[in-house]
Amino acid sequence: MAKTARVTNIVIAGLGGQGVLKASDITADAAFRTGLDVKKSEIHGMSQRGGSVTSDIRFGECVLSPMVPAGAADYLVVVSPDEVENNRGRLRPGGVLIAPGLIDESKLASKRSLNVALLGVLSTYLDIPESEWLAALRSNLPEHLVEANLKAFAAGRLTRSL
Amino acid sequence: MDPSNRLLLSGNEAVALAATQGSVALGTGYPGTPSTEILERFAALGGRAQWAPNEKVALEVGIGAAFGNARALVTMKHVGLNVAADPLFTAAYTGVQGALVIVSADDPGMSSSQNEQDNRRYAVAAGVPMLEPSDSQEAYEFTLLGIEISERWRIPVLLRMTTRVCHSKTVVRAPSSAPPPAPVPGYERDIPGRVMIPAYARPAHRRLREKLAQIAVWNEASGPNRRVEGSSGLGIITSGISYMHAREAAPEAAILKLGMTYPAPVETARAFASGVARCQVVEEGDPYLAETLLAAGVRVCGKPEMFRFGELNVDRVARLLAGDIAPEPAPRPGKPPQLCPGCPHRSVFQALRDLGCIVAGDIGCYTLGVLPPFEALDTCVCMGASIGVGLGLRHVLPPEQARRVVSVIGDSTFIHSGITGLVEMIYNPPPGGHLVLILDNGTTAMTGMQEHPGTGRTLDHHKTGKVVIEELARSLGIRRVHVMDPTLDPRAFARLAGECLDSGEPAVIVARRNCLLAAGRIKQYEKCDGEDG
Repeated sequence: MAKTARVTNIVIAGLGGQGVLKASDITADAAFRTGLDVKKSEIHGMSQRGGSVTSDIRFGECVLSPMVPAGAADYLVVVSPDEVENNRGRLRPGGVLIAPGLIDESKLASKRSLNVALLGVLSTYLDIPESEWLAALRSNLPEHLVEANLKAFAAGRLTRSL
Repeated sequence: MDPSNRLLLSGNEAVALAATQGSVALGTGYPGTPSTEILERFAALGGRAQWAPNEKVALEVGIGAAFGNARALVTMKHVGLNVAADPLFTAAYTGVQGALVIVSADDPGMSSSQNEQDNRRYAVAAGVPMLEPSDSQEAYEFTLLGIEISERWRIPVLLRMTTRVCHSKTVVRAPSSAPPPAPVPGYERDIPGRVMIPAYARPAHRRLREKLAQIAVWNEASGPNRRVEGSSGLGIITSGISYMHAREAAPEAAILKLGMTYPAPVETARAFASGVARCQVVEEGDPYLAETLLAAGVRVCGKPEMFRFGELNVDRVARLLAGDIAPEPAPRPGKPPQLCPGCPHRSVFQALRDLGCIVAGDIGCYTLGVLPPFEALDTCVCMGASIGVGLGLRHVLPPEQARRVVSVIGDSTFIHSGITGLVEMIYNPPPGGHLVLILDNGTTAMTGMQEHPGTGRTLDHHKTGKVVIEELARSLGIRRVHVMDPTLDPRAFARLAGECLDSGEPAVIVARRNCLLAAGRIKQYEKCDGEDG
């Protein structure tokens, strides 16, 4: 895979308990598996109690700060509809918003896998082979959740090929 | 490089990995964001890790282990070092036989803390060398370097991390070659070196200053400090996570990146500053480096006062470098955290609100009782303060106000530093009595469900000795000690609290109900305990 000199900036946002941190772990791991430099950053702690949570992922040849600068996100993935407006300003002009409305939740085996379904959408924009995404999903989820999440991921990927 | 040694780790995980590879014999600490995961990961990697009742005890246990010629790692959040400050200052005098690395995880911006104190000041005040990693790679390397320095100079070493270094995941290349083998534990008597009576402490202080002088020379010559070449127009002296922001904000600048910031490599900084037209210090928190260098006559510029507050990031560093002191954009309003639906603390705060209590609060999930819909918390200072602050209010307020004062403290926080508060309540009882409400949810919930002495399970959830809170309270001579599940009959709970408030006597209610998020796990552990026992 051709390595890009520039850094790709992703912000994942939602509420505590929605799997924002899990989604960012998976994304960072998928990028890591391609051999690129990766940094991922978020705030734990109080955010666990149902409050707003965001996580930043950056990857490229060389990543310095672990935090996506203001208005520099190439992709903004939002798991909770309420958090879209809060975070829209983090996108760069022309950046891509991946909002929960893109996924038909009624078609997901579990609403808990919305985070991973949105990663399926995100994956279609990124130069990371699908095999690395699948490996990252398997290694970051407990075994009994893998199957449902692989389906959710595939459903997310499908939204863009339709 | 063996690709299998390439890992994506948080700073905390990297410290744990280094501790494992560096043959740390004992890891101890008290949970506190952002430090908690270090010991959990160390245990998962097979290390011997344990939670102490508080940071002071943890550090004392670590000192003992290091006196016994072992390598010890002690972890805590920044405010934990306040609790452990007493042993720290004198351990600097005694020094150690094995190795002692103390992790202080600071929280600039207060993502989950009551203050944003800058613990670099502790290295100076106590006189212990300090390393400041800027990413997980350095967290790994500096943990091993800390062990090396501690053993070489027989001195405790402070590994000062910050939230972004602790919790960011970055790539680590861990060498597969093993570090030097660990020393063999064994006791070597050294009475003048370890018994800090004044006659022995006076020479010990001089020995400490000699060690620091030697370490300063070493730091200038071969310390973990490096230069990034750049323009002669702008030079930046920085450390920790600020280095990453600075390189990104000013890619053209020459940078002196300091890894050991106490004793600071002043001459290295002086040489660097003299080679650039303008030398700016970029640091988070207090202007520690700027003050140190300016005091030594190094020509540097400190940052505008507004950058003392909160975390730095690329945008803020760009503004700092530009001297832009215009008011900064307010952070976006997110949804605040709250007590979980079904949290047992909810019925307690409802009762306290209905009773019109003046609530001296404490540190934990229940601090969220301050937010709507309850707004039933009046003070929150530090771990354990609810009891002392409540007693102080009871002593001075007019009787009709005094009788509404209640202290509210969680189980883990009570064990951490509430016990001496109960002793105070018995020893200096306010004339109208007092009520201490201990919210026992069976876990250290706020930091992510850690065990503590009141749960009777070890860090890795195995059965061990258990402190029974109500028995402890009774043993102190408190006659009114009640245990009640506040969720079963909230009205009965409110009635009991009301009676205790008016009783004129010291009283304790243990409001016991497992944390909703931990209840399933606790059942599982108890089941395993039953099978073990």
